[in-house]
Amino acid sequence: MTLREIIETLQAKVVLDNHDERMVVERARASDLMSDVLTRVNPGALLLTGLTTPQSIYTAEMADVTVVCYVRGKRPQEETLRLAEERGLVLLSTDLPMYESCGRLYKKGLKGGTET
Amino acid sequence: MKSNGVNRTLQAARTQELIYELKVQQAMTTKVITVEPENTMEDLRQILKLHQLSGTPVMNEGDLVGIVSVEDLIRSLLEGNGSEPVKQRMSANFVTLYADEPLVHAVQKFERHGFGRFPVIDRKTKELVGILTKGDIIRCMLQRLEIDFHEQEIRRYKPSDWFAELESDRTTLGLRYLIQGRNFQRAGEASSKLKQNLRTLGIAPEAVRRITIASYEAEMNLVIFTGGGELSAFVEPGKVTITVVDHGPGIPDIERAMQPGYSTAPDWVRELGFGAGMGLPNIKNCSNELKLDSKVGEGTNLQFTVFT
Repeated sequence: MTLREIIETLQAKVVLDNHDERMVVERARASDLMSDVLTRVNPGALLLTGLTTPQSIYTAEMADVTVVCYVRGKRPQEETLRLAEERGLVLLSTDLPMYESCGRLYKKGLKGGTET
Repeated sequence: MKSNGVNRTLQAARTQELIYELKVQQAMTTKVITVEPENTMEDLRQILKLHQLSGTPVMNEGDLVGIVSVEDLIRSLLEGNGSEPVKQRMSANFVTLYADEPLVHAVQKFERHGFGRFPVIDRKTKELVGILTKGDIIRCMLQRLEIDFHEQEIRRYKPSDWFAELESDRTTLGLRYLIQGRNFQRAGEASSKLKQNLRTLGIAPEAVRRITIASYEAEMNLVIFTGGGELSAFVEPGKVTITVVDHGPGIPDIERAMQPGYSTAPDWVRELGFGAGMGLPNIKNCSNELKLDSKVGEGTNLQFTVFT
């Protein structure tokens, strides 16, 4: 799924635009618990989270996630934004809650972290 | 290739190669602002100003019918005719590019026609998919050259090479990071720096990932549970060893602490996305060897190794 399609599916705002919207994202992960995210790594994945602290970016960095989308209309903290900018990540923000964000993307064929 | 000096001929050859390798779609701007034939030149003026453009395609019901530039606008304004429609001034004899053409075609067309921009269309659907200016080509090439250069730098610093050059019975490179307890604004910074350094050292991405996920979890433990401590990485050929040392409070029951889901973290830690009892299990999963010593009241000493 392209970044463009993800943005449209989630009606997301682009908070930090660091990549071409034709970039392909193959998998998504969703959690507010960073340790859960780190149990498995999917390079280039999308991370959906409600956590807006700097650790959302450090976690994305350690797990080689390239796109972070904050759910429930959350906006990243200032320090979070700065870190993401330095690392060239894409940040999105959607008003949809977590479950609906995941559901919409899954319905459109975006795979989870463990599927083959 | 190993070369320390900048070889101009090689560099020039690389840029020439690039314009054959790169496709128009990699350089073009995809967010295309368009106008309609019936829009007035005054509408055009506002659109160009708002989006800081020097020209734009003219679309009629989904079809590309012309291209209009800031030069056309100036000519129209000089004749005092801001209310005339765009179709009076646009060039209907425009040249397009296909998205999958190599950039070299675009460069040739810029030279041949002297236009400032080309609309880009999809070869199959014939739909407008982007616009390409000379600026786009330069930006795309520079980005690509920067990536190439960075990759070359990494190859030059490959540790296996210079480790081999340093004569000793056992060569180790040590990186030491001081971690502040309870400082959540900076929690993760050390592992982030470590990750960048390990990459610079040319260690395989998969190994770097395992090392830094484990070090990040360990760093978070120091920030959450202790007054701070030290995280060190020792890089040797074939492996990286991380030691994490703090001065308390210590872990009362190591066996339980190693169980997935077991946590003594208070709720405020969970609100920060940690403390779900996965820290130590994650570290264990990422490492090839792990040693954990702890004394309540004295501190904890964690050491793990990842084979690279």
